[in-house]
Amino acid sequence: MMDFSEIVTLIVRSVETGSIYALVGLAMGIIYKASEVPNFAQGEMATFSTFIAFMVLTVHGAPFYVAFVVSLLFAYILGIAFEFLCVRRAKNPTILSMIILTIGLQMVLYGLSGWVFGTEQRAFRLPFSQFETVEIGGVVISHLGLATIIASFVLMCLIYWFLEHTKTGLAMRASQQNSMAARINGISSNRVVNLSFGISSIVGAIAAMLFAPIITLSPDLMWDPLLKGFAAAVLGGFASLPGIVFGGYILALIENLFGLWFSLEYKSVVAMGIIVLVLYIKPSGLFSKHYQRKV
Amino acid sequence: MDMKRHHYEDVQFLHGWANKFWFAVFVVLVIAAPYMFPAQLFLISLIGVNIIIALGLNILTGNTGQISLGHAGFVAIGAYTTVVLMQSWMIPFPAALIAGGILAMLFGVILALPALRLEGPYLAIATLAFGIAIKIILGNIPGLGGHNGISVIGMDLGFTMITSEVGIYYVIAGIALVMGIAARNIVKSRVGRAFQAIRDSDIAASAAGINLAGYKTMSFMISAFYAGIAGGLWAVLLGYINPNMFEFVVSIEYFAMVVVGGLGFVAGSVMGAAAVTYLRVNSDNLNSVPVIGWLLDLMSIDLTVQTGVTWVITGIVLILVVVLEPLGLYGIWLRIKIYWRTWPF
Repeated sequence: MMDFSEIVTLIVRSVETGSIYALVGLAMGIIYKASEVPNFAQGEMATFSTFIAFMVLTVHGAPFYVAFVVSLLFAYILGIAFEFLCVRRAKNPTILSMIILTIGLQMVLYGLSGWVFGTEQRAFRLPFSQFETVEIGGVVISHLGLATIIASFVLMCLIYWFLEHTKTGLAMRASQQNSMAARINGISSNRVVNLSFGISSIVGAIAAMLFAPIITLSPDLMWDPLLKGFAAAVLGGFASLPGIVFGGYILALIENLFGLWFSLEYKSVVAMGIIVLVLYIKPSGLFSKHYQRKV
Repeated sequence: MDMKRHHYEDVQFLHGWANKFWFAVFVVLVIAAPYMFPAQLFLISLIGVNIIIALGLNILTGNTGQISLGHAGFVAIGAYTTVVLMQSWMIPFPAALIAGGILAMLFGVILALPALRLEGPYLAIATLAFGIAIKIILGNIPGLGGHNGISVIGMDLGFTMITSEVGIYYVIAGIALVMGIAARNIVKSRVGRAFQAIRDSDIAASAAGINLAGYKTMSFMISAFYAGIAGGLWAVLLGYINPNMFEFVVSIEYFAMVVVGGLGFVAGSVMGAAAVTYLRVNSDNLNSVPVIGWLLDLMSIDLTVQTGVTWVITGIVLILVVVLEPLGLYGIWLRIKIYWRTWPF
């Protein structure tokens, strides 16, 4: 059996990876709540933004914070441009055609990042090292892990504050609950959806920049986190943002526990299997209410 | 479209002389293809395999309205079953192929179980998870060659062995033709109408007495069977299989074929599979792409990154399909047809 410190270490590791999953899941959830579009392009949008940061860092030799801001700005513009140019103009906006649209963008960005930046593996460095560690209460954690946990926690708090305590956030929530009623009250639902794409793109880009140093930067950087983040969002329930965050942590914990006790090879399979099982019992995820669709 | 006055006219396989003529031309082209484009034989065979997959996926996505992003999983099951039965158990190719299709069909039932309760993004992630799980599991089963895969030697028909490219092409083309006709007949039958009713409104369909669970499961089974058969053929065509052939991007590519071709149309599957496969295979020599080839070649940094261009083009086409022409290539064909039929109005 494991002793106490091992369990704590496992939990900290899970929180570390879970933060990434939660951020990607949140990014998808923000868009899904606003427009019912499951955004498959989220990962590639984030990867592309990270490439921009990488280029600013290496080619132009700018300090990290400049690259960070430029990349987030780019992510925001990418998000709103996609919404404005494609999502809004879809001829027959069913869920299926929206999924096709985002898959199309995913392909374009995946191809572009290979085409423009090359497919080789690159090292993306943050100011926080992956190899230097600190010890807090008997748990050893890398600087990067600590930064990931803190940054994602701050970001989640910011999103919560934005949605609950600002006027724009109120408009967004109103539009999500009942877009018709919101429009009657003078909220432009187009602008709300547009803003959601921008914000979600930023959240995704931050997740990608925190994840890129762990593995190397290449066009398929975000495949695994996207699937896991998507799975986390589905597990927690797409319609509930706190649910998505919990889903991310639970998914990471399940994966790590399984990887520790049984086999590393199958840990993704088991995570996916559990999600399918959960969906079978609760079709809208663990934390969100299942609405029966009416005619 | 001309008016149909009788149910029989609608279900009739070829209605009117024009359809009969074009079908005859198509069959002649299929038969003559190895002699017309001997250098492109592999590409044409691959298109044939992908047409079978697209036909099945179109029944599921285009006609029944259920999304599947894990179809590579079914293809993998079909491929591995066929190869293992042929190599280790010495079962002749036709029986092994059908066994592969049937095993894929059984997995279709397994995937349909959760799918019955899910819709939209939840169904997408469940099917996606299925495809990825199959790939990882196949790579880890001992005796299946791990990540290196297995090599395949020809089609053993029991009495004779087909190893020539032309022979394999004719087998693939024949099966694709039969399965295309079958798909068209399924769509026009009572079952097909039930699928379309479910796609248009599942609540209205169940109110009209359609057994939702039964027909959704059936749609998954048919679709998986097509994918399984195509998997077996693909394995023989390539001469080897390994788990990396069934990455989840491959599933997305199948999905792209159906969408680009035209959701819900048999002819659309054929067009989409041909177009997307052509793009994918020719990504290495971009300058051979008609009209804009030289431009694409000019824009690429070096040869290794050119595959990216194919993704960009396919992606742009997908976006354009949704924004401009929801029926895809077949929709464009329909528009041209209607334009000339009603010309000069």
